[in-house]
Amino acid sequence: MKILWKLFVSFFKTGLFTFGGGYAMLPLLKAEVVEKQKWATEDELLDYFSIGQCTPGIIAVNVSTFCGYKLKGVIGAITATTAIILPSLIIITLIAAVLEKYMHLPIVASAFAGIRLGVTALLINLIFDMGQKIFTQNPHWRLHAVIFVIAFALLMFGDVSAVLIVIMAAVFGFIPELFGKKIPFIKGGNKK
Amino acid sequence: MIYWLLFYEFFKIGLFAIGGGAVTIPFLFDLGEKYHWFTTEQLVNMIAVSESTPGPLGVNMATFTGYQTAGVLGGIVATFGLTLPSVIIIILIAKLLKRFADNPRVQTLLSSIRPGVLALIIFAGWQIARISVTNWLSAAIFAGILLANRFFKSSPIFYILLSAIIGIVLQL
Repeated sequence: MKILWKLFVSFFKTGLFTFGGGYAMLPLLKAEVVEKQKWATEDELLDYFSIGQCTPGIIAVNVSTFCGYKLKGVIGAITATTAIILPSLIIITLIAAVLEKYMHLPIVASAFAGIRLGVTALLINLIFDMGQKIFTQNPHWRLHAVIFVIAFALLMFGDVSAVLIVIMAAVFGFIPELFGKKIPFIKGGNKK
Repeated sequence: MIYWLLFYEFFKIGLFAIGGGAVTIPFLFDLGEKYHWFTTEQLVNMIAVSESTPGPLGVNMATFTGYQTAGVLGGIVATFGLTLPSVIIIILIAKLLKRFADNPRVQTLLSSIRPGVLALIIFAGWQIARISVTNWLSAAIFAGILLANRFFKSSPIFYILLSAIIGIVLQL
């Protein structure tokens, strides 16, 4: 019981002081999980992150579930995950309730008109970074370019859901494995 | 029933949004289009608040969109739905641990999903830009923030605060 409470406090603190999520959480978790509580080594924590990135869902949630599971099984996993999302639930619910009241004020509306520009700029920069990562130093960039173009065309000209795009991209990734060498598969990919 | 629908839709997002919080944005965009629970403008406001408050971006967005749709319980149900696939999957693969991440098939799967996700985010980014950038003044501010963020890496909160101040001063 005591260890579950400790687990809860550690992950609640991490959820409360992390902005953005994902790898932004790493230094905080390292301080709590590795250095203070000694529940895992640094290498193990990095493993959790690399697995958390590969599995569906929010990385922060995946890593918390993993840490909790390793320490105390299923009940540990549920404790750590509840603790990491609880600060978000409380803070966002409060903010959403307050915003609902004041959104119609001209000064709040102006602030959000400005903020929307900032968020759009941040998102565009994130897109640049993602694109750079995908198309440089990637041996499969040709196949990935084909997947990208097909996905984009489907979004532009068809009414396709995000779920279907993800499934389509995953299936296309296995074409080289199914149809042999690189050059024939690119042709195969284009024919579809 | 709205709560069941929220749970189902966010469970799907938790299952298919692979690669972190920002990947949930195009999925939420889909939700807005499909059910009209919120407008694109509201979605961008929610992204802004989620980025500048503590907690993982994806979790914040789920709570916010859930609240916007069906109040406090809606926020809880959406967040629970988003989290559940992660918890189930991690518990199932926990024993395989590192072998899972190093498996070449898993690597192929992940790396080929990425260009699809890129297309999704660009498409969402385009829709968001269309409702944010409405005239020459806003286009100029947008370009300024874009370049500043490109060359002076600072925390997103800094840029969100900065753009709020610009919005108030210029009465956008």
